[in-house]
Amino acid sequence: MDSTTVKASETSTTSAPQGFDMVMYRIKKHFTRVDPYLTIIGIFLWLFAYWVLCEGLKIWRFDKLPGPVAISKDWFSTTPFQGISIFTQEYYDHIVVSCRRILIAFGLATSLGVPLGLFMGWSRSIRDFVFPIIELLRPIPILAWVPLSILLLPGFEGPVIFLATLASFFVTTLNAMLGVDSIDEEYFRAAGCLGSSRWDVFVNVVVPGALPFIFTGLQISIGVAWFSLVAAEMVSGDLGLGYLIVDAYMNNVTVPMVIAMITLGFIGYFSSACVRAVGNKLMEWHVKELNQQGR
Amino acid sequence: MVKNTAKAAKKGAISIKNVTKVYDPGGVNVMAVDNCSMEIAGGEVCMIVGPSGCGKTTLLNAIAGFHSITEGSIEVDGELLCGPTKPKAEQGADRMVVFQHGALFPWKTLQENVAYGPTVQKAMSSGEAMDKAGQMLAEAGLGSFIKKFPGEVSSGMARRAEIVRALINNPKVLLLDEPYRAMDALTKQIMHESLLETYDRTGVTIFFITHDLEEAIFLGDKVHIVTTRPCQLKKTVEVNIPRPRSYETQSSEEFRKLLDEVNEAVHEEAVKAFKAGERELA
Ligand SMILES: Nc1ncnc2c1ncn2[C@@H]1O[C@H](COP(=O)(O)OP(=O)(O)O)[C@@H](O)[C@H]1O
Ligand SMILES: [Mg+2]
Repeated sequence: MDSTTVKASETSTTSAPQGFDMVMYRIKKHFTRVDPYLTIIGIFLWLFAYWVLCEGLKIWRFDKLPGPVAISKDWFSTTPFQGISIFTQEYYDHIVVSCRRILIAFGLATSLGVPLGLFMGWSRSIRDFVFPIIELLRPIPILAWVPLSILLLPGFEGPVIFLATLASFFVTTLNAMLGVDSIDEEYFRAAGCLGSSRWDVFVNVVVPGALPFIFTGLQISIGVAWFSLVAAEMVSGDLGLGYLIVDAYMNNVTVPMVIAMITLGFIGYFSSACVRAVGNKLMEWHVKELNQQGR
Repeated sequence: MVKNTAKAAKKGAISIKNVTKVYDPGGVNVMAVDNCSMEIAGGEVCMIVGPSGCGKTTLLNAIAGFHSITEGSIEVDGELLCGPTKPKAEQGADRMVVFQHGALFPWKTLQENVAYGPTVQKAMSSGEAMDKAGQMLAEAGLGSFIKKFPGEVSSGMARRAEIVRALINNPKVLLLDEPYRAMDALTKQIMHESLLETYDRTGVTIFFITHDLEEAIFLGDKVHIVTTRPCQLKKTVEVNIPRPRSYETQSSEEFRKLLDEVNEAVHEEAVKAFKAGERELA
């Protein structure tokens, strides 16, 4: 009797659309919903309001800012009036420098912060040893570190990367630690029952169990890294998008300033999306579980 | 007589002797188990029934080695697990626990979950363990779900997989803490049949906590009714319904009689527990 009931449920999990059909189905489904249209309308409304304020009606104070038309004219021009466009080498130099700094800072913060946070969650003594210091340093605003970092590290590159790393490190560490705290006690018990050594528990329970929190933390931390990087570049920099913003402002060219801001928006969005994609790849189980719950 | 010796030879006899457990949360002593003794023969299905909060889980956790006991001793096959000199038993794969809320690792597929035990104990290579796991899951009717994560299958399937994860380690004792609590009657029925089938095949000792009296009689060789907190053995009801049992057993005259007997004893304790609760709140 048992076996027949089981057979019935086994055969019912077949014939979902596969491959190309599945992709087409997804696209179709996406565009028959209301949300993509709302998004497009939303973007146009914002742009239109921006245009009305700066170029349409030239409202007081807003007339000092470049409007969407002026910006896109320069941005996509081979001979930009104010020096920065998608055809100038300088634009990409700034982007590359900032991205490289973020990669180094975020990489450092992640490779130090995740293990440290995990060990802090895993071992009471490591936590007692490290946590108070981190909690004391964490509330210090990142800009307050600027003088110290300049005194400590030579050149432009060192201090800028240091500041971005520091900010992102605190977020990552804390989230990894909370991730371990969030793991249900019963998984530890089950692992113990099954004959795990302490290291087995770390690899098979602590690390995967903390991953959802870690990746939430990484998404925040990459945002924080960008934030502090740009701030640092604005205070002490020679290149980079943050530097481009202040430099343009100082020289009274407002178009490159806004182009740099929008570029930061796009790159920031893209980098969080990358972190999310890596997270979803590593946590297939989590994604499927959420899907199952209809979220 | 012959039958008795056969049973005695089976592994996994648990002997609980005068066990007392006092919790001490912030100086307020809570006596969960008081001088409780029980003998469970090897290969027996022993059902523990008692009011909520009376200390059943506490007893199970002591056997599993999740926490210490205050007094008394627990032995498995004559070997001391915990006693006066060693208050906390070591966790070991000879006593496998199936948890109240289910504790398959959500980040491992069913197959990886089942293969986990033999792999970390280095009893098999990970390849062998995966093969064995796939085979055992298939035997349990989960053949087409081995690559699924626990979050993707129904609670009934997850629970069956969890029992397979326990059994692959050839435990002497299976400890189950209200494993089918949140399930609907139909799923429960399938779970019961699957567990009985497993038991008939492996003859593992089963220590099973439940609220459900029909479940207790249907599955058990003995039903131990325990008192309201602190937990003590109140009464043991022997279930002499022959195995293999099928669902029709539940409508037999004998079954009804046993149910009445258990019900009476449990009801008395439930009333006591309720009164005690009222007193505590008053
Ligand atoms: N860790 C603990 N600290 C303090 N008291 C506890 C703890 N665990 C359980 N208890 C108390 O011990 C009693 C028995 O709990 P438990 O064994 O979980 O009961 P049951 O499983 O029979 O419902 C309960 O009154 C509970 O409040
Ligand atoms: Mg309980």
